[in-house]
Amino acid sequence: MKFGVIIFPGSNCDEDMIYVLESKMQQKVERLWHKERDLKNCDFIILPGGFSYGDYLRSGAIARFSPIMEKVMEHAAKGGFVFGVCNGFQILCEAGLLPGALLHNSNQKFICKNVYLRAQTNQSLLTANIDLNKPLKIPIAHGEGRFYAGENLLKELNSNNQILFRYCGEDGKISEEANPNGSLENIAGICNSGKNIFGMMPHPERAADAELGNTDGRILFESIVGLVNA
Amino acid sequence: MKFKAEIDIMPLKALLDPQGKAVTASMKNLGLPEINNVRIGKHISLEIESSSKEEARSKADEACKKLLANQIMESYEVGIFEV
Repeated sequence: MKFGVIIFPGSNCDEDMIYVLESKMQQKVERLWHKERDLKNCDFIILPGGFSYGDYLRSGAIARFSPIMEKVMEHAAKGGFVFGVCNGFQILCEAGLLPGALLHNSNQKFICKNVYLRAQTNQSLLTANIDLNKPLKIPIAHGEGRFYAGENLLKELNSNNQILFRYCGEDGKISEEANPNGSLENIAGICNSGKNIFGMMPHPERAADAELGNTDGRILFESIVGLVNA
Repeated sequence: MKFKAEIDIMPLKALLDPQGKAVTASMKNLGLPEINNVRIGKHISLEIESSSKEEARSKADEACKKLLANQIMESYEVGIFEV
């Protein structure tokens, strides 16, 4: 099992992700520069957070045309695992690997704070080991994270168990007040219908080290590592 | 022949445009309360080398569909002019 973290010009959460995977999860990690056309035999590809291409045009719109994305598409089409966090999620939506789009937060602000979310299904690699009733405290840091999908798509996401996380309060209640950015149905993370491509706006890699005072995000990585390496 | 494309990209009508909403609110502070429903998109101009206006339009359309606009959230209109 080898992880590949893609580095785009403007990625800035790549090192946090690599640190968690290497130092906290004891995994092998390759750094993959976006201009390469080789995934170096990585089994699990991660698109980290940041501001690829300065968020020009729309967040993630230009990064999807980076040379390595062609290989990521091939990997995903063969059922390979791909996980996008924050800007990585935006890139996956722009690339059409995940459905829907991420719009400007409804309050027009860049929001950087801890929020709570609850996993909505155990039927995905990312959430398989998570207690569905437990609110996880995980930070968000984005200006464009308002998940949007058309009515039919939203129905499909719900009925196929493709909604992975919803924003909730500290008490676990999924409510309007607990929705930080105006996302439809409080959606914080989704997966594709094949359940091999995942995207979420919150940053689990920023909540996986006891030294940082929050380890609620660890369970996602434990879920990935435990099931993939099993 | 060289053509110029003038492209307007707007957030879909059904979607909240927070930028437009903030600017609408500021109109009241400016003393222009009669201005309402500000919506903000972007304008892109580009040049196309092409043998006909139709071909130039189809190239501009392809650029919009593949990159310039995200049709999940935006609509676009293309105007083509001979330079």
